[in-house]
Amino acid sequence: MNQIFRLTRHEFRSLFYAPSTYIAMVLSLAMMGFFYYMTLITISAEEQDQVPPTLFFSLFWIPVLLIVPMLTMRSFAEERRLGTIETLLTAPVHSFQVVTAKFLAAYLFYMLVWALCISFPIITAYVLKQPEFNTRLFHSGATIGGYLFIATSGCLFVSIGIFTSSLTRSQLVAGMLSFSILFMIIVGVAAIHMLNLEDNPAVPSTLIDYFQVFSHFNDFSRGLIDTRPFAYYLSGTVAVLGFSVLVLDSKN
Amino acid sequence: MNPPELSIVAKSLTKRYGRNEAVRNLSFTINRGEIVGFLGPNGAGKSTTLRMLTGILSATSGYLSVCGKAVPLHAHSIRREIGYMPENNPLPEEMRVIEYLRFRAQIKEIPFRERRSRIEHAMEVCELHRKARRKIIGTLSKGFRQRVGIADAILAGPSVTILDEPTIGLDPHQIIAIRRLLDNLRGETTVIFSSHILSEVEISCDRVLILNQGQLVASGTSDELRKEFVPGSHYQIEAAGKPADIYAALSSLGDEWTIDMEPLPRDGFHVCNLLNEANGTDGEKVLNDLIQSRNLRIRSFHPIQPKLEDIFLKATRRSWELPSDDFPEPLREKSSEES
Repeated sequence: MNQIFRLTRHEFRSLFYAPSTYIAMVLSLAMMGFFYYMTLITISAEEQDQVPPTLFFSLFWIPVLLIVPMLTMRSFAEERRLGTIETLLTAPVHSFQVVTAKFLAAYLFYMLVWALCISFPIITAYVLKQPEFNTRLFHSGATIGGYLFIATSGCLFVSIGIFTSSLTRSQLVAGMLSFSILFMIIVGVAAIHMLNLEDNPAVPSTLIDYFQVFSHFNDFSRGLIDTRPFAYYLSGTVAVLGFSVLVLDSKN
Repeated sequence: MNPPELSIVAKSLTKRYGRNEAVRNLSFTINRGEIVGFLGPNGAGKSTTLRMLTGILSATSGYLSVCGKAVPLHAHSIRREIGYMPENNPLPEEMRVIEYLRFRAQIKEIPFRERRSRIEHAMEVCELHRKARRKIIGTLSKGFRQRVGIADAILAGPSVTILDEPTIGLDPHQIIAIRRLLDNLRGETTVIFSSHILSEVEISCDRVLILNQGQLVASGTSDELRKEFVPGSHYQIEAAGKPADIYAALSSLGDEWTIDMEPLPRDGFHVCNLLNEANGTDGEKVLNDLIQSRNLRIRSFHPIQPKLEDIFLKATRRSWELPSDDFPEPLREKSSEES
C-alpha cells in the first residue's frame, strides 16, 4: 500500500512536469467554460425543464474525449520510449502497483479538472448578483449527481487511457487509440441505441441499455442512484487495469 | 578452506525471441564480492543476460539464482538484492538529481531513518554532492548522468550491482572516476558490468566472461585467459652489441624460442622480441642466461603481456570457427569445480 502511495505521489508530480497536462487542463477548462456559457445562454433564451448543472454535465463526453487521452497517453508510452520503465520495474515494486499508481495519479488529475468547474457557477452567481437564481445554479441534486457520475464513469475512462498507453511506446498512437475506444463506448453505444435495434434478437436492448453511458448520466442527474452503473464502471475499471498489468508483464 | 559463497548461479540459461536465440545454454557462477566484466561484440547477449539477472526478463529455459534465490520464483525479493543501471541509463529528464534519488530511495524501501544518509553516501561516492546535487537531470552532461545512474544502483546497498555499459560515452577523466568508484565497491557488493572498453574491464575486474552469439566462449581471470587463448611467453629486450653476437646469444636459449630483431638500433641498442609458444617459461632464468653472455650488454628486459583485445578477438573468432558443440569448457567453470 505504501508503495502505491509513493508511486502515486511521484506520478502525480510527474504529470505537472508534462506540457501535455497543462494543455489538456487549459483546453478542457476553456471548453467547459464555453459550454457553461452556452448553457446559461440557452436557459436565459427560453424556459428549460433542466437546471444548469444538468445541462452542463450532459456535455461531459466532449471534455472526456479531450482530457483523458491527453492525460494518460504519456503514462506508460513515454516511460517505455525513454526506457525508465525498466529502471522502475527493477525496484521492489509489483506491476499492479505501478499500474494502480499511474491510474490513481491520472484519475486525481482528471477529478481536479472537473472540480475546478465548480468555479463556473460561483463566478456566475458573483457576476449576476441574483440570489433567486442561485438555487438553480447550485441545484444540489443535479450537481452531486453530475459529479458522482463524472467520478464513477471517470474510473473506467481513465483506466482505458492507461491501458492504451501500456500497449505502445508512441504517445500519439496511445492517445488516438484511447480516443477511439472512448468514442465507441460513449458515442458508439448511444448511436446503436438510436438506431432502434430493439427488434433485432442479436442485439438485446437490455444489454445496450446497460452499456449506455448517456442513460447512466440521466439516472445520476435525476438523483437515481442505481448499483448497476457502479458495477459496470468499477468492474470495467478493474478488468481494464488488470489487462494493463498483463500487458506490462508480457512486454518484458 | 571454505568454498567461496556463490552470489549468482546460471545453468543452461536460454532466452529465445521467436526463432532467434539471444542467449544459448549459458552457464556461469559468480562469487560474492567479485567484480566481473561481461565482454562480447554487439548482439552477443550481454544485456539480455543482465536483464534476466534482474528478473525483468524471464529466461526461456535454464536455472538462474541470485543470492541463493531462484530468480523466477523470487523475482520481487531479488529486486531488493539488486542495484541495476540499464544500458543507455534512462533517467527522468525533468527531475532534479536529489529528487530522483529521494524517490528511488523511497521505492527501494530504504527505512526513513537511513534514507538521508544513504542518499548522501551514494552522491558522495559518485561525486554528485557538490555541483550536480540540485541540477535538473536533463541538463546534466553524459558523465554526470552515468553517475546518477550508478548512484541509483548502489543507493540501497545491494548485494549485487549490475551496470550495463557504465563507461559508454565517457571521457578519460570520467572513466577513471568510474574505475575509482568500482574500486570503492570492491568487497562491499558483487559487481557485474558490461563494457566495450576492454582495458577498463581488465583493470577493474577480478574475472572476465566473454560472450559471443549468446554463448559463453571464455571465462576466467586475465592471466587464465591469456594462457588459454594467447599461450606462450613474449619478452622484449634492448641489447647493445653486434647483431650477429646478439642473435647468437639469444639462439643459445634454445630452439623453442623465436627471435625477432629490429634491423636498426635505437640509441645504439637493438630491440629484440623473444617468443616461446609454450606456457610457464621462467623469465628470471632467461634473463640470467642472457646476462652471463659475454657479447651482450642488456639495457632492458621486460615481459610483454597480450592485451585483453587479443584474447577477446581470439575467443570470439574461435567461437565463430567452431561448431557450438565443440566449445571448450570455459576456464572458470573448471576452476570452480576444483574449488
